[in-house]
Amino acid sequence: MDLKLDHHSKDGIEIVDVEGEIDVYTAPRLRELLIELVNSRFYQLVVNMEKVEFLDSTGLGVLVGGLKRVRAHDGSLDLVCTQERILKIFRITGLTKVFGIHDTVDEAIAARRSEK
Amino acid sequence: MATVELSFTPLPAHVRTARLVATAVARRSGVDESLLDEVRLAVGEACSRAVEEHQLHCPAEPVRLALSDMADRFEVEVTDNCARDSAKLAGVGLESTAGMAGAAGMQAGLGFAVIAGLADNVEISETAEGTCIRMSWPSAGAVR
Repeated sequence: MDLKLDHHSKDGIEIVDVEGEIDVYTAPRLRELLIELVNSRFYQLVVNMEKVEFLDSTGLGVLVGGLKRVRAHDGSLDLVCTQERILKIFRITGLTKVFGIHDTVDEAIAARRSEK
Repeated sequence: MATVELSFTPLPAHVRTARLVATAVARRSGVDESLLDEVRLAVGEACSRAVEEHQLHCPAEPVRLALSDMADRFEVEVTDNCARDSAKLAGVGLESTAGMAGAAGMQAGLGFAVIAGLADNVEISETAEGTCIRMSWPSAGAVR
């Protein structure tokens, strides 16, 4: 399956909905969207990965790059993911310590609000 | 001789094809269903690395993937033809990839971390053609 990307605002936070496979072929599109959002001054991001079917290290690199960009503006990039097959990749690479990973978009927003 | 051999032009779009073929052959070779996701991801990582190296150093050469159904193992070999990369890779090794500089280094480090974390057994060696990443998983015997 190809990659589908969408985004919308909720409670002042930009939610990025990702569906499909994030790999060496499709990850550049996600990178472009994250850059576009940061350039549009969206610095509080939540990437909803509930419909992601495949994620490789290229995708991880794009997410780390996005986090780096928003942090340069004191922003945040949280993830929504409950799929074990995807979470395992974050654990293997130690990135569970880098990203806030939540069960739902609402939880991610609430966690971000509580840190403000 | 490998059960299935595949060579493809070094384009990111073909990595997905390689993943699908590897998963199908692994299933047919008797690899447990619970391990197929790991095979798919590890093969994708190795092929992605090879594609990136080929695009940098030898874009006209194909990436090679060999899938072998051994007695009780399913073995995967991903070989690139970038001898230029071999020395660098041999010097880096699985454990010290984090030391590579810059974004490319981070990407390579993540890729190797994923491969090392997923494959049951991993060996990296230099061949006359280039670098070979060999990975294997237990299998329950092929469905013939």
